[in-house]
Amino acid sequence: MKRFLMTGAALTALLMLATACGGTGTTQPSDSNTTTPAPKLSGEIKVDGSSTVGPISIAVAEEFMKVNKDVKVSVGISGTSGGFKKWVKGETDINDSSRKIKESEVEEAKKLGIEALELPVAYDGITVVVSKENDFVQCITTAELKKIWDKDSTVKTWKDVNPAWPAEELKLYGPGTDSGTFEYFTEHINGKALQSRSNYTASEDDNTLVKGVTGSKHAMGYFGYAYYVENAAKLKALQVDAGKGCVAPNDETISGLTYPIARLIYIHPSKKALERPEVKEFVTFYLKNAATLAKEVGYTPLSSKQYEEALAKVK
Amino acid sequence: MNRPNSRRSAYRRQMDRWFHAIFLGAVGLAVAALGLLLWQVLKDGLSHLDWQFLTSYASRRWQQAGIMAPLAGSFYVMGLTALFALPLGLAAAIHLEFYAKENWFNRLIQTNIANLAGVPSIVYGLFGLAIFVRYLGFDRSILSASLTMAFLILPVVIVNTQEALRTVPQTIIQGAYAMGATKWQVIRTVVLPAAMGGIMTGAILALSRALGETAPLITVGAWVFLTYLPVSPLDGFTVLPIQIWYWSGMPQAEFQSLAASAIIVLLIVLLTMNSVAIVLRNKYQRKAEW
Repeated sequence: MKRFLMTGAALTALLMLATACGGTGTTQPSDSNTTTPAPKLSGEIKVDGSSTVGPISIAVAEEFMKVNKDVKVSVGISGTSGGFKKWVKGETDINDSSRKIKESEVEEAKKLGIEALELPVAYDGITVVVSKENDFVQCITTAELKKIWDKDSTVKTWKDVNPAWPAEELKLYGPGTDSGTFEYFTEHINGKALQSRSNYTASEDDNTLVKGVTGSKHAMGYFGYAYYVENAAKLKALQVDAGKGCVAPNDETISGLTYPIARLIYIHPSKKALERPEVKEFVTFYLKNAATLAKEVGYTPLSSKQYEEALAKVK
Repeated sequence: MNRPNSRRSAYRRQMDRWFHAIFLGAVGLAVAALGLLLWQVLKDGLSHLDWQFLTSYASRRWQQAGIMAPLAGSFYVMGLTALFALPLGLAAAIHLEFYAKENWFNRLIQTNIANLAGVPSIVYGLFGLAIFVRYLGFDRSILSASLTMAFLILPVVIVNTQEALRTVPQTIIQGAYAMGATKWQVIRTVVLPAAMGGIMTGAILALSRALGETAPLITVGAWVFLTYLPVSPLDGFTVLPIQIWYWSGMPQAEFQSLAASAIIVLLIVLLTMNSVAIVLRNKYQRKAEW
């Protein structure tokens, strides 16, 4: 009996210790209480949503907390739609969104008196990639892309798309159906959001798509520009022709929207949350620094005029 | 010995060698796969593994990024999970083994517990989101995560504990009854001390499973960027598997090797827990001599 009790006590002590470790550690980041002059903001800001926008929000949060040390900013990546489900209930303050807010989400939020402010923060160009070893294709038209990716597509080989290309099997890699990239691509290439062929290798993890396309000479895939930039040594980005000539994805063509499959990405703070000074300051800081920080994490910044217009909405 | 017999025995020996080779091959394949995995992780992750990595918060710059918040979060969540799941699991197992009558209702409960142990973890995540996060209003907190994890491992804890209780020989139990002990006295003084090694081994293995879970905690609402250490159980949380999941999805290769470093830390924690389980088992096995 005694032994049983002692073991029980030892186990409890061990757990307590484990829990305490979590607690006592709080004092360790000692640099948090050094001199903080100027406006003393505090509180917690919750940001959730798209994994595409997430890295920008994380970068902004990191810089913001260096200036405002008593504000805690937490960022989650539940996906644009997943994030909005929490945001409409008032569980988060800001939603990271790789698309505009939907009418149904506006309605849902209204029930709790929540209203959105739609603020663009950067551009993302969806990049169509093939292997570096692929030497027969440089440019592809949007019609050809539709032929390949649309629902009920019968394309099996490159030759099925364009007679000038070889009769080699076309292996396809693309994002899964929960992704904002998928939603945008299907809407703009196939003509209807979420309408796509389903017999391709789908993954929510873009690195899996990178690996798939890298590994095979006759593969094709599409994903966000940031993933192409990091893997430019292994992949070839195709130029895209929407009837106005071939355009390669790069910072200028994406921000000028001359690249046919570029989109704006947004943050959606709720107006209620913006009444809190720390949230208002964070959003202002976001728009003032998005140009540099978005670029640092692989996105194309907006023009300074666009950021100013967004800032005017916040004030 | 006549000829047909010796031929048959030669055949049997041949078969024996074949199966030995197959089994050895199976073990070799498993070990090789594990070795390859470990080598890959160590190769990628070892270089970033230092004190700074353990004591820094997440960052967009990989040079400054660390795992302090997820590491503390993992310990905090596991501690609370153990606190909720272990006493409850132990009590439930004792009830089912010693007090519950043999009837259809209790058989139904028993079957359901066994089935619950096989339910995919994401289902527990959805359950946690609906009940703890929303209905009970605990928000996306350590508490919600721990309660969800506790429910996730509870069936495993109950089943493991029952197995451990059954290893105590009936002769010893009957002997104790024969001395005039009540049921509770028998359980407390005979069964539990004898079964404790097995019970704790099962509990630690169940906790190890919870330590590696990602999917249900994403559903419950783990953050991927958290720059404070949780103090209150109602604070927000993140855990090691979430951080690994996030980093391995980043475009930059450096973050993918940070993910490998975090995997090494997670493996060390898991191996430590499993070693404790083995030590406990050996300790109690030696004591329990009938």
